[in-house]
Amino acid sequence: MSARRKQFDRLGDGLLYGICLVASLLSVAIIVWIAYQVTKEAMPSISKFGLGFLTSQEWQPNFNVFGAGSLIYGTAVSSAMALVLGAPIAISIGLYLSLLAPAGVRGIVAPLVELLAAIPSVILGFWGILILAPFVHEHIEPWLHDTLGFIPLFGPPQTTGASVFTAGLILTIMVIPIIASISRDLFLAVPRDVQDGASALGATRWEVVRGVVLPSTTSGVVAASLLGLGRALGEAIAVTQVIGAGSEIHTSLFETGDTLASRIANQFNGAVTELHQPSLYYLGVILLVIGLVSNLLAQWIGRRFDYRRFSK
Amino acid sequence: MSGPVPDPAAPLTPSGNLRRRQIFSRVAESGATVAAIIAVAVLGIVIYTVVSRGAAAISFDFLFTGTPTGIGPAIVGTGLIVAVATAIAMPLGILVAIYLTEFAGSRMAGPIRLALDLMNGLPSIIIGLFVFGILVNHRHQSGFAGSVALAIIELPLIARGTQEVLLLVPGSMREAADALGVSRWRSVLGVILPSALGGIVTATVLAVARAAGETAPLIIVDSIFDGKSVSLNPFEVVPNIPVTIFTLSEEANPEGFTRAWGSGLVLVSFILFASLGARALLARSKRKMPT
Repeated sequence: MSARRKQFDRLGDGLLYGICLVASLLSVAIIVWIAYQVTKEAMPSISKFGLGFLTSQEWQPNFNVFGAGSLIYGTAVSSAMALVLGAPIAISIGLYLSLLAPAGVRGIVAPLVELLAAIPSVILGFWGILILAPFVHEHIEPWLHDTLGFIPLFGPPQTTGASVFTAGLILTIMVIPIIASISRDLFLAVPRDVQDGASALGATRWEVVRGVVLPSTTSGVVAASLLGLGRALGEAIAVTQVIGAGSEIHTSLFETGDTLASRIANQFNGAVTELHQPSLYYLGVILLVIGLVSNLLAQWIGRRFDYRRFSK
Repeated sequence: MSGPVPDPAAPLTPSGNLRRRQIFSRVAESGATVAAIIAVAVLGIVIYTVVSRGAAAISFDFLFTGTPTGIGPAIVGTGLIVAVATAIAMPLGILVAIYLTEFAGSRMAGPIRLALDLMNGLPSIIIGLFVFGILVNHRHQSGFAGSVALAIIELPLIARGTQEVLLLVPGSMREAADALGVSRWRSVLGVILPSALGGIVTATVLAVARAAGETAPLIIVDSIFDGKSVSLNPFEVVPNIPVTIFTLSEEANPEGFTRAWGSGLVLVSFILFASLGARALLARSKRKMPT
């Protein structure tokens, strides 16, 4: 090999390493830059309202008074509803796909469940206003109010189906494919012989799931649910379309409400007064913090999950 | 000796506790099956609605002319915005993946992987706020700003997807290249990347499918347009399908709703074909992967 070729190769190696490193550092830098930029744009509002912003429920752009209280509440309630409804369904789907379904059915159902995640939120939201909301308003809300009306959450139905409840249902549809596909992979990784061992001891299928599969994947399933939660917390468009943009906190799920992300999507282009846009950025900062925390938590819990106790 | 004497003629079906456990297990199994049916049914209902209502809007004029009759400029615009975004995100994503699999030690790989996961989990509206702050504020909205936002959404998807296929390339191929005295950069570009090409294309197509439907960032950085004519200059506002659907859905106008369903049908068909195609491609390239 000639000396020139060797030199050329050394240059090539260095160059490839260099640009790969730069690209990688850039992706780390983007995360930091996003956090910096969003906080910077929010500064006027942060210095004006301080931490009181988090609890104040006043949101009156015309009077330059802003507070995120009702939005934080709406975000928490709609996402919690999505998780309470979605996680059990999604985990069941994961169990079905990994343990129950015949191979042929699995090959069809698994991609279909993932396709659910591919439907753009704006289309799901549009379907939500025109199809789901009227249905919920006419059938589900009255029924829930009649049977469970003693719980304040299920108050009397309002004039339209645009409500926190409908938003929660749309978010449920969005979190299911995320949690289902991760938990299916987790369940598939549980070693077959441990399950067979339990069956040989006389455990029924459910007892194998309850006694072997779920306990060995708990932290992974929790991490998957947190990722789903992160998705629900940050969804802007579909929620804006169906939640009705209310500004007050209501106990009943059938009233209108609003979330952090949805308020930003709804009002950003119309923001004219001096503190309006910084306040929307302040909402972004809150969302960013909640989103990063739930994601980091998911990573941390997920990393603790391993198969060590089985593989040895 | 006491206790009941088992009846030798009793049928061999479980009773008592065992029977209860078996019934409970059956119920749990049907519960899981019903959950899967629910998910597939929801997908079916949504797609059926989009297809049945959208088909009424589809016509030659709808696809090829501007507002008020059609969404031609929005179709072209979405193509343009997503193409520019992919042109930014794909090289970056592949380079990051190469760094993670071929160069990084575990000290460097950890934080980079974490950054990619955080970027993937970031609410897309936040990415819109960020891009507005750096590219739009004090200037004007543009298709390019939309592309940058979509590139940030695509980057982690492409990088993680590529990384997964690079890890599947058998170590024997790297060793063979090393044994022949091939330098690192030649073996990466000439041996490893080509054998992972199918997977890289799959990851990119899936990222494109995801980006094409993203609405939240575009609402903030590329939303004020009339959609009358095709705009091919990415530094001006570029009409696009997701914002068109969103705007129409916020107006209580039945004719607009029909157009929104039609736009939705165009978008959903593109995304479904892209996702299914990518999946088929992945299956094929995995079969062809040398072992």
